[in-house]
Amino acid sequence: MNKRLALILTAVVAAIFATATSSKLCAAQPNATPAPEAAPIILIQNATILTVSHGTIEHGSILIKNGKIAEVGESVNAPKDAQVIDANGQFVMPGIIDCHSHIAIDGDVNEGSISVSSIANTADVLNPEDIDIYRDLAGGVTTANILHGSANPIGGQTIVIKLRWGQPASKLPFEGALPGIKFALGENPKHSNFGGRGREARYPATRMGVEETIRAAFSEARDYKAKWDDYNKRNAAGEKNLIPPRRDLRLDPLVEVLEGKRYVHSHCYREDEILMLLRVAKEFGFKVRTLQHVLEGYKVADELAAAGVGASTFSDWWSYKEEAWNAIPYNAALMTRRGVVVSINSDDAEEATHLNQEAAKSIKFGGLSHDEALKLVTINPAIQLGIDKRVGSIDTGKDADLVIYNHDPLSAYAVVQKTLIDGRVLFDRQEDLADRPNLEKEKKALIDKEKKELKDEKKSDAKPGEKKPDEKAKPQSEDAVAGGAL
Amino acid sequence: MKLNLLSRIGTTTAVAAFALSGAAFAQQEPATTIAITHAKIFTLAGAPIDDGVLVIKDGKIAAVGTNVDVPAGAQVIDGKGLQVYPGLFDPVTQIGLSEISAVSATVDTTETGTINPDAVAADAILPSSEHISVTRAAGITEVLAVPASGGFDSRGSANLLGGQASAIHLAGWTINDMLIRKSVAMVIDWPTIDTESFDFTTFSRKQKPFSEAKQDYDKQVNELSDWLDNARHYAVAWGHGGPAEYQRDVKLEALVPVIRGELPVLVFASRVREIREAVEFCDKQKIKMILAGGAESYKVKDLLRSKNIPVILQPTLTEPLDEDDPYDRSLTTAAELADAHVKFAFGSFDNSFARRLGQQAANAVAHGLAYDEALKAVTIYPAQIFGLSDQLGTLENGKIANIIVTNGDPLELTTDVRYLFIKGQLTSTNNKHQELYQKYLNRPKAK
Repeated sequence: MNKRLALILTAVVAAIFATATSSKLCAAQPNATPAPEAAPIILIQNATILTVSHGTIEHGSILIKNGKIAEVGESVNAPKDAQVIDANGQFVMPGIIDCHSHIAIDGDVNEGSISVSSIANTADVLNPEDIDIYRDLAGGVTTANILHGSANPIGGQTIVIKLRWGQPASKLPFEGALPGIKFALGENPKHSNFGGRGREARYPATRMGVEETIRAAFSEARDYKAKWDDYNKRNAAGEKNLIPPRRDLRLDPLVEVLEGKRYVHSHCYREDEILMLLRVAKEFGFKVRTLQHVLEGYKVADELAAAGVGASTFSDWWSYKEEAWNAIPYNAALMTRRGVVVSINSDDAEEATHLNQEAAKSIKFGGLSHDEALKLVTINPAIQLGIDKRVGSIDTGKDADLVIYNHDPLSAYAVVQKTLIDGRVLFDRQEDLADRPNLEKEKKALIDKEKKELKDEKKSDAKPGEKKPDEKAKPQSEDAVAGGAL
Repeated sequence: MKLNLLSRIGTTTAVAAFALSGAAFAQQEPATTIAITHAKIFTLAGAPIDDGVLVIKDGKIAAVGTNVDVPAGAQVIDGKGLQVYPGLFDPVTQIGLSEISAVSATVDTTETGTINPDAVAADAILPSSEHISVTRAAGITEVLAVPASGGFDSRGSANLLGGQASAIHLAGWTINDMLIRKSVAMVIDWPTIDTESFDFTTFSRKQKPFSEAKQDYDKQVNELSDWLDNARHYAVAWGHGGPAEYQRDVKLEALVPVIRGELPVLVFASRVREIREAVEFCDKQKIKMILAGGAESYKVKDLLRSKNIPVILQPTLTEPLDEDDPYDRSLTTAAELADAHVKFAFGSFDNSFARRLGQQAANAVAHGLAYDEALKAVTIYPAQIFGLSDQLGTLENGKIANIIVTNGDPLELTTDVRYLFIKGQLTSTNNKHQELYQKYLNRPKAK
């Protein structure tokens, strides 16, 4: 199965294929134990440090204390008890930030049954045991923007997480990062590629309808906000016997958008729909924080720069659907040159494991510099998510979210050796390799146990012709797969 | 387009004039002689040649080495600082058969029904497909267009016998210009035991008990077996009398080269169970098998080696099949096959990601595959696997001049293809993407 399938359909569909074939056995993965209370003091030395903010330091060191970067430079003052990581011949860069991810939420990506699904929230369905967290961590990703799918003009609420493998769901959210809401324009919300064919059409079915759905929702939200503002004002003035307006969980997140307390991340492709959304946002007085995919962003780059909207795009995806027909791999570079803050995202758990390589393609396609290419997956997505004071570059005081590669990360030959989050090594390639025989042993033991149990079961109570419970079809609602694309 | 080509090769006026003549795409122009000089030449049939000369004549490689005279009248390309390689070969694509995956009107990859051995890719390849020039720009000079190979393009349709794959050059005015060989393999999509499936027509999932799924599987394998047996009988009748003696059947006729061992089957299978059964099946049927996909091929590498079955490996940048697989499972398979001496090639299995072929190979190198092997697995190995190595895959005298001249490692992300030759013709690497880039690069600043 290819990436297009994951993109055009939905993670739910992908999950169906996966569950149909994947083993139910899940051996424990490395680092699955809770992290120790206090982060160790770590000194990374002899490394080529790609700071992103202030150039490259050859043979430099980074001192990590309390999960933060305490010092970075050619030489640093490290305490004697510091744990030393000798990165001789290796490269350190800031942890990769993926501005468009659907990991850690399993099949719960798309609430596709309704056109405005702002009630849904990816934060409610975080699964800290999703193996894609570990795999992406092993690809150098430390922070991800966990988005709802793109089945609706206004989709669900979204959350930024750190890939703290081994920690419970409550520890995943990026502290203080503003939550978001997913919007979607074009073919997916209008169900171009999977409507009909025995399924009832859902409004909207045109780009006109997509715009009107958003406008209608914000008209309601504006009135709703006015009611609450009026109530709060009168309440504060001491007025008695007031009845508060009825709470509307669908409109609350939209009010937060109007108040600038929630970011809008909008899936989009075509130039016309991009400008449409910017017009609607202006009309209602809210900001679009990022345009996601935005494959025709290069056509209206000046307009994006003027609106101050971030663009988060693919490296070289194209032609998987009509609205991706004019996608070009020069998109990131063209938008960058016109002053747009641009990031390269994955939208796919596998793609996320080599975002460093995807960023490198903007050197070939459009001539970005080495540093500009690095920014596409570090400080730029950090700016887009409003977390650039915490992460995205290697500077004193920032979170010690770092990746160590054996080569320049902008090469297809670079392999992640270690990934650190908050100053803790959460992925170590050597440890992972060393642990594999143990996992194999554990897996074999589990299989043997399962086999034995099955055998015993058969002996004791098997009746001829009787169906085992696990062979019965599980009830599945159609909406579970009807969502549309991500 | 011409201007762009001119600017790329403007250093050599002789070549520039050649470009202006519009001959860059002409495949039936009078023969031209071209010499690439002072380049590092990776023939892949021996050690790299420093400061070498490669001469192209009549579409073929006429000479390669250090002591090679530049023929009088030859157009000279100064390759100083540049590297010369055979063009890359992508052995599983849907190029020419599919433009926009989600728009069915533009997709001709997979026939209805399950038995379509008479469907031939070459019959539906669009020579002006945008994918051809985009893919070419990545240094890929030839591909296999493989019917019934696109997961999404096929809308989940599973063809037991999917049709015949065609080998094509990525340039030409018509399919006749492009054809390397019309039929190089018969596609078999090996059935799987699926208790859960997805129905693309109703967009819903369907479930069935294992026993039923197993029955369905056996039924499909038997059907495949029956078709081959019938083809064998048919071949006998065919050889013995005129049309009066038997009923003409184009599907059986298409299978005759398979049962005669003249046409290999390209069997798509991922899991070890299916691979094993496919190997056993082809062995019993005495037909030549090439495995495509092979996610779990590493588990049966000795079997594949002993039966001499080559593998067109699924993209290295693919999620592992199982949750408890090592995170780099898909990246290390190539190295494991190489260590076990299983012949393999990399494939994109796609159109839009065909240009990632070099990246796929480089990632395998990063995970243990020898670099030379990776280079061969995108050039000479696919040519060998499909019986085309007498014509393609290395830079040797007499071979078709499908050549790339680059400014570095052709597998690396940032390398540019400076010149590209298909059938000895200097061929543009311009494409839809570059044209859109130029257009919007020059958009006046918005007011």
